[in-house]
Amino acid sequence: MDALLLARIQFAANISFHILFPTITIALGWFLLSLKLRINSSGDVAWMDSYRFLVKLFALSFGRGVVSGITMSFQFGTNWPGFMETVGNIAGPLLAYEVMTAFFLEAAFLGIMLFGADRVSNRVHTLATFLVAFGTTMSAFWILVLNSWMHTPQGFEMIDGVAHATDWWAIIFNPSMPYRLVHMLLASGLTVCFLVAGLSALRWWWGDRGPAVMKAMKSAVYMGAALIPLQILAGDLHGLNTLEHQPAKVAAMEGNWETRGNVPVVVFGLPSEESRDNGAFTIEIPNAASLILTKKTDGVVPGLNDFVAEDGTVEHPPVAPVFWGFRVMVGTGMAMLFVSWFVSYRLIRTGQPGTIGAGMLVVMTLSGWVATLAGWYVTEIGRQPWLVTGVLPTGAAAAEHPVPILGLSLAMYLTIYAVLLMAYLGALLHLTRKAAAGKSPSSPIDGAIAVPAE
Amino acid sequence: MADFPYHDWLPVVFVALMGISILVYVVLDGFDLGVGILTAAAPEADRDVMVGSIGPFWDANETWLVMAVGLLLVAFPEAHGRILTALYLPATLMLIGLILRGVAFEFRAKAPVSRKAIWDRAFFAGSLIAALTQGYMLGIYVLGLDQSFGSVLFGLLTGVCLAAGYAFIGAVWLLAKTEGSLQWDAASWARKLIWFAAIGMVAISIASPLASPEVFARWFSFPEIILLAPIPLVTLAVFVGLLLALREAPAAGERWIWLPFTLTSAIFVLGFVGLAYSFFPYVVPGELTIWDAAASRSSLMIILVGAGITLPMIAAYSIYAYVVFRGKATALSYE
Repeated sequence: MDALLLARIQFAANISFHILFPTITIALGWFLLSLKLRINSSGDVAWMDSYRFLVKLFALSFGRGVVSGITMSFQFGTNWPGFMETVGNIAGPLLAYEVMTAFFLEAAFLGIMLFGADRVSNRVHTLATFLVAFGTTMSAFWILVLNSWMHTPQGFEMIDGVAHATDWWAIIFNPSMPYRLVHMLLASGLTVCFLVAGLSALRWWWGDRGPAVMKAMKSAVYMGAALIPLQILAGDLHGLNTLEHQPAKVAAMEGNWETRGNVPVVVFGLPSEESRDNGAFTIEIPNAASLILTKKTDGVVPGLNDFVAEDGTVEHPPVAPVFWGFRVMVGTGMAMLFVSWFVSYRLIRTGQPGTIGAGMLVVMTLSGWVATLAGWYVTEIGRQPWLVTGVLPTGAAAAEHPVPILGLSLAMYLTIYAVLLMAYLGALLHLTRKAAAGKSPSSPIDGAIAVPAE
Repeated sequence: MADFPYHDWLPVVFVALMGISILVYVVLDGFDLGVGILTAAAPEADRDVMVGSIGPFWDANETWLVMAVGLLLVAFPEAHGRILTALYLPATLMLIGLILRGVAFEFRAKAPVSRKAIWDRAFFAGSLIAALTQGYMLGIYVLGLDQSFGSVLFGLLTGVCLAAGYAFIGAVWLLAKTEGSLQWDAASWARKLIWFAAIGMVAISIASPLASPEVFARWFSFPEIILLAPIPLVTLAVFVGLLLALREAPAAGERWIWLPFTLTSAIFVLGFVGLAYSFFPYVVPGELTIWDAAASRSSLMIILVGAGITLPMIAAYSIYAYVVFRGKATALSYE
C-alpha cells in the first residue's frame, strides 16, 4: 500500500472516531439544558432521572471527543504538513478561534456542570450547562466553517503558492457553510433523539416502564419525528448547493456517467470506473434525479464524463464509495422517518411504543452514527482528488513518512479505537441496565437538583 | 542577537503566547498526569479520591496542550511540520497514552465494577506513557531533533525524569488536596521523587550547552554569566526551601500546605525560562527562527485580536473553576 493511501486511511480513522462523540455532545448538551430548565420550573422527579442518566452519557462522550480532538491537532502537522503550508493563513485563524472561543469554554464549565452542583448555586449550574452546550455548538461552527471553506473556498488570493486571506467575511460565510452547518446540527439532533429513544426503549424492554422512561422516550421520539423532515429538506438544499459548486461530487452520488437530461435515480447499481457504468443490474426511478436536482423531468444533470481530461486522467472522486455512502445515508434517513412517525403514532394512540415499536427503536439506537458517518464519507471522498477544492490536491499535502512507520501507527490507532468503541458501547449498555434495574445511582448532581429552588 | 528582526514583533508575541501555554500545560496537566502515575503506588481505597482531586480539571488542563500545539500549528506552520514529523512516533505514543487515560478516567466510574481494576491500570499506564513520551520529546528537542543513539539515550533519561517531575508535582498537589493516610503517603512520595526531578533538571542544564555551542555561548560568556546567575541560584534556593517545606509536611499543619505546590510550580517556571533563554528566537533549535517559520502577519493579527479578547476571559473562568473546587477533594464517583 502506498504512503498516501495509508495516511488518508489513518486520518479517516481518526476523524471518524472523533466525529462520533461531538455528534452526540452537540445536541445532548442542549437536551440536558432543556431537562435542567424543566427540572427548575417543575421540580419533576421523572426529569431528574433522565438528567442523571444522560449526564453520564454526556461525560462519557465528551472525554472521548477531547482526547480524539487532541489527536487531530497533532495530525494536521504530522500527516498533512502541506495543508498548513498552503492554506495555513486561513485554516490557522479558524482553528485558533475554535480553541479560544469554544474548546476552553466547554472544558472549563464541564467540570462545574458534572461535579459542581453542590458547590455553586442552581442558577450558576444552569449557566454552566448552557455554556457547555454553547461551547460545543461554537466548536462545531468554526470547524464547519473551515471544512466548508475547503469545499467551496473564496475570499483569498494565492501568492507564491500560499493562500492569503483577502476577505474574512467571505471566508466564514462561504457558499456551502450555512447548508453544511444546518445539516450537521440537525444530524446531531437526530443522533441524540434516536440514541435516547433507543436506550429508553431498551429500558422499556427490560420492564422499566415508569414515568421517567416514558417521558424521555416520548420527548426523543417526537423530536425525532419533527426533525427528520427538516433534515430531508436541509439535505436537499445542501445537495443543490453542491450541484452548483461541486458538480462532480453530485455526479458520483447519483452514479450519473453522462451529462444528459431525464436522469433517473439509481436505487441500486454497482458503479465501476473500469466500464464507467453502474453494471448490468440496476434499479432506477426514471427522471427522478433530474426532477430533484433541476425541478424538471428532462433537466440536464452534469455527468462524470465532464470530469475526465482529454488524456484520460480522471478528475472526479472515486465513484463507488460516494455512491454507496449516499445510499446508506438516505436509506437510514428514510428508516428514521418511518420509525419515528410510526412510534409517534403508537405513543399518541396508546401511550406505549408496543413491542414492535420498541424493537424498532432499539435497532435504530445508533442510526444517527451510521447516517452521519455515511454523509461525511460522501462529502469528504466526494471532494477528492482535492484537499481544498481547486487549490490543493490531497497528494501534495501528505507527509513523506516511511510506509512501515505509518502502518505501525495506523495499527496502533485502529486497535485502540476498536477497543474503546467496544468499551463505550459496553458502558452504555451497563448504564442502561443499571438504570433499568432501578438502582438509582447516587449522582454528584443530586444536591442541587433535589432543591431546585435553591 | 542584534541581527534578528525584532521590529517584526508579531512572531515574538506568538512565541510568548505559545511558551505561556506550554508552561501552563506542563504545570496543570503535569500534576494530573502525576496523580495518574501515583495511583499505581496508592492502595485501592484511595484511588477514587485521587481521581476525584483532578476530576473537575483535567479536561481544561489538557486543552492547554491543544492551545500550545494549536499555536505552533497556526503561527509557525513550518515548525509544526518539522518538529512533529521528526517526533512522529513518540508523539503518536503520547496521544495514545492521553487517549487511554482520558477514557479510563470515565470508564473506571461507569463500567461494571469487575472491570474497574483494568481501567485503573489503563489510567496509570496512559498517564505514564504520556509523561515519558513528553519527556523524551523534550530531550530530543533540546538536542536539536537529533536522533542518534546517544540522543535517544538522553531522551530516555529526560523521559524518566519528566515522569518523575510530574509524579512529584502530582504528589505535592495531593498533599494539598487530600487528608488522612493519603496525605501522609503523598508527602513521603514527594520526598523521594524530588531527587529524580532534580537529576532531570541538572541533566538538561548540563546537556544542552554541551550539545549546542550556541547555547553554551549564551550562558557562559561575559557578562551574561553574571546576569544570568540568578536563574540557577534562585532555582537552588527554591529547591532548598522545598526540601525544608516537605520535611515536616503534613505534620506541620494546613497553614502552609500549598507552599510545596507553589514552590514546585516556581521551579517549573524557572526551568522553562532557562530553556526559553537557551533557544529563543529559534523554534527549531539551530535551524529555524520564529520569523522564518511564522505564518502571514495579517493572519497572526486576526488571531491576536481574538486572543486579546478571549484569553483574559479564559483565564478568568479557569481560575473560577479552580475556586469552585477549592478545598479537600472527595471521591467523585458517579455510582
